[in-house]
Amino acid sequence: MNKTWNNKAWFMVLPVLVLVAFSAAIPLMTVVNYSVQDTFGNNQFFWAGTAWFEDVLESDRFWEALGRNLMFSGIILAIEIPLGILIALNMPKKGIGVPVCLVLMALPLLIPWNVVGTIWQVFGRVDIGLLGRGLAALGINYNYVNNVFDAWATLIVMDVWHWTSLVVLLCYAGLVSIPEAYYQAAKIDGASRWAVFRYIQLPKMKRVLLIAFLLRFMDSFMIYTEPFVVTGGGPGNSTTFLSIDLVKMAIGQFDLGPAAAMSIIYFLIILLLSWIFYTVMTSGDETA
Amino acid sequence: MARIDLEHIRHAYGEKPKSEADYALKEVHHQWNDGGAYALLGPSGCGKTTLLNIISGLLQPSEGRILFDGKDVTNLPTQARNIAQVFQFPVVYDTMTVYDNLAFPLRNRGVPEAEIDRRVREIIEMTDLGGWARRKARGLTADQKQKISLGRGLVRNDVNAILFDEPLTVIDPHMKWQLRSQLKKLHRQFGFTMVYVTHDQTEALTFADKVVVMYDGQIVQIGTPAELFERPSHTFVGYFIGSPGMNVLPAAIDGDRVRIGEETIGLDHAPKIAAGARTELGIRPEFVRLGREGMPVSIRKVEDIGRQKIVRADFAGKPIAIVVPEDGEIPAEPRVAFDPAAINIYADSWRVGSKEAGR
Repeated sequence: MNKTWNNKAWFMVLPVLVLVAFSAAIPLMTVVNYSVQDTFGNNQFFWAGTAWFEDVLESDRFWEALGRNLMFSGIILAIEIPLGILIALNMPKKGIGVPVCLVLMALPLLIPWNVVGTIWQVFGRVDIGLLGRGLAALGINYNYVNNVFDAWATLIVMDVWHWTSLVVLLCYAGLVSIPEAYYQAAKIDGASRWAVFRYIQLPKMKRVLLIAFLLRFMDSFMIYTEPFVVTGGGPGNSTTFLSIDLVKMAIGQFDLGPAAAMSIIYFLIILLLSWIFYTVMTSGDETA
Repeated sequence: MARIDLEHIRHAYGEKPKSEADYALKEVHHQWNDGGAYALLGPSGCGKTTLLNIISGLLQPSEGRILFDGKDVTNLPTQARNIAQVFQFPVVYDTMTVYDNLAFPLRNRGVPEAEIDRRVREIIEMTDLGGWARRKARGLTADQKQKISLGRGLVRNDVNAILFDEPLTVIDPHMKWQLRSQLKKLHRQFGFTMVYVTHDQTEALTFADKVVVMYDGQIVQIGTPAELFERPSHTFVGYFIGSPGMNVLPAAIDGDRVRIGEETIGLDHAPKIAAGARTELGIRPEFVRLGREGMPVSIRKVEDIGRQKIVRADFAGKPIAIVVPEDGEIPAEPRVAFDPAAINIYADSWRVGSKEAGR
C-alpha cells in the first residue's frame, strides 16, 4: 500500500507549538536558566551549577515551609473529602431541590481567590468582623493576627468553605450516574445503608473522588492568594507556605537564583506527589 | 415458594390520576400459581415492568392488594417480601468477588458463615461459575454477571418468587439460548414461582407455561403459547404474537355469515354481537389457503423466508398476509379460502366466544 507522505501537516500543529512555547516552555526555561546562574547586576551572569539547589535543600526555611504545606493539604483533604461525600449523599436526586442545591454549591467556586481572602480577612477581624466580634462576644479569645492556632483555623475553615463544593459536585455527578437498579437490587438483597454506601456508592464514586483528591491536593499545595491576603504568612512565619516564601524570596529579596531553584523543586514535589497518589489510587483497578 | 394474588391492582405514576389514561397499569386482577413459570409479554411502555415492580415491592400500587400465600404484603417493603429480582442490566457488586456477591444477601440477613459457605458453593456449582468464585466480579462478561444476579436470588432458601425484568437484553444471542435452557432446568429443579418480563415473543413462548400478554396497561390475555396462537382474545395479541401477525379485516356479521367487502364467508357458529360494536374477522396467515378456489385476491409481493413463503396480497381492498409452504404453488389467478375453524370474530377488538369461552 502506498502512503502519501506530506510534511506540510506539521504546519498545522505550529500554532499550538508557538502557544505552548510562549506560555510554558520559554518561561520555564528562564527559570531553569536563573536557577543555575548567579548575577551581580548589570545583566552579567556566572555559572553557579547546583549551588542554589543545594542552598535551598539545606535551608531550614524551605523544609519548614514544606512541612506547613503538607500539614495544610493533609488537614483540608481530611475534612473536605469526607464532608463533600456526606453532603453529596444528602443532596436531593430530583425535584426543585436539585438546581437550588447545585447553584448554592457552585457559588463559592465562582468567587475569585483574592476576594475569598478579603471576605475572610474582614469577616474574622476582631475590631469590625462579624466572626471576630461574634466569637469575642461569646467569650472566646480569637485573633488570627497574633495567634498561630487561630490563623491556621481561619485558613482551614476558609478553604473548606471555598472548595468543599468542588468535591460535592464531583461526588454528586458520580452518584447520579448509578442506575436505579443497583439500589433496587440492594434492597432486595437486604443491604444496610452502610453496605449500600460501601459496595455501591463508594466504588462508583471512586473515579471522581480520585479527581477531586488530586485537584484539591495540587490546589491546596500551591495555595498562595488566600493566606497572603488573610495572614500575609504570619503570625511570624507560621502560615508562610512554600508559595508565599517563594514570592518573598524572588520579589521581596530579589534572590533570583535561589528562588528559581526553589520553584523547580516545588514543581517537582507537586508532580511527584500527584504521580504517587494517582498510581496508588488506580493500582486497585488492575488487580481484578 | 408461594402463590401470588394480585387483587384489583391499579397504578398511576402521577400524584392524582384523573382519568383512565393516567394509569400506567389499569386494573389487574390475577393469580400466579405456586411454582408456575409466567412470562409477561408486551411492547415497551405497556406496564409490564410496573407490574413486576409492584410484585417485588419497589413500587406501591395506587390501588389494590397483593397477597403471598394469602398473606397481605401490600405494605411490606421489598426486603420483607422475600423476592428475588434479576434486572435488565446485570447488577453485581464490582468490588466483591463472585463468592462474596453470592454470599451478600445471606450475610445481610445474618446467616451463620458455615451455612453461607455451603449454600454459596451449591449455587456456584449450579450456575457453572466454579472457576470464577475468587475473581472480582468487575471483569466478568454480561452473561456471567447475569448468572450472579440470578444466583443472589437462588442462594436464599426463603424466596417466594424470582422476577426477571428482560434479563437477556444485554446477552449475546448465542448465550441467550444457553442461559434460557439453564434457567428452565433450574426452574424444574427448584420449582420456584417465576415471573419473566420480556418483549420478545420467542423468549416468552419458549420459556413459560403461561404467557400473560399486556397491552396499554392491562392484561389482554393469559394462556398457553398454543392458546395465544390459535385463539387470540384481543386483536393486539393476534398482531403481536406470530410472524407475520394475524390478519385482521373489518367485517360485517350477519348470523353465521361474515361479509368482507364483496365477499361472504360462512362460519361454523353464529357469534353474539352487541349492537353497534365494531366487528372484525381475524385469521392467521398460516390458516389462509392460497389456491385456485375461493375468493379472488391480487398478489403484491412474495417474500421468501427460507422454510416458507409469505405472500402479501390485497383481499377485498385490504392487505392480507398468506403463508405458503416453500414448494407451494402460486397460481396465476390466485384465490384464497379461510379455514373455518381458525376464524376468530372480534367485537370492539375483543374476541367473541364460540364454543370455548373467549374471555
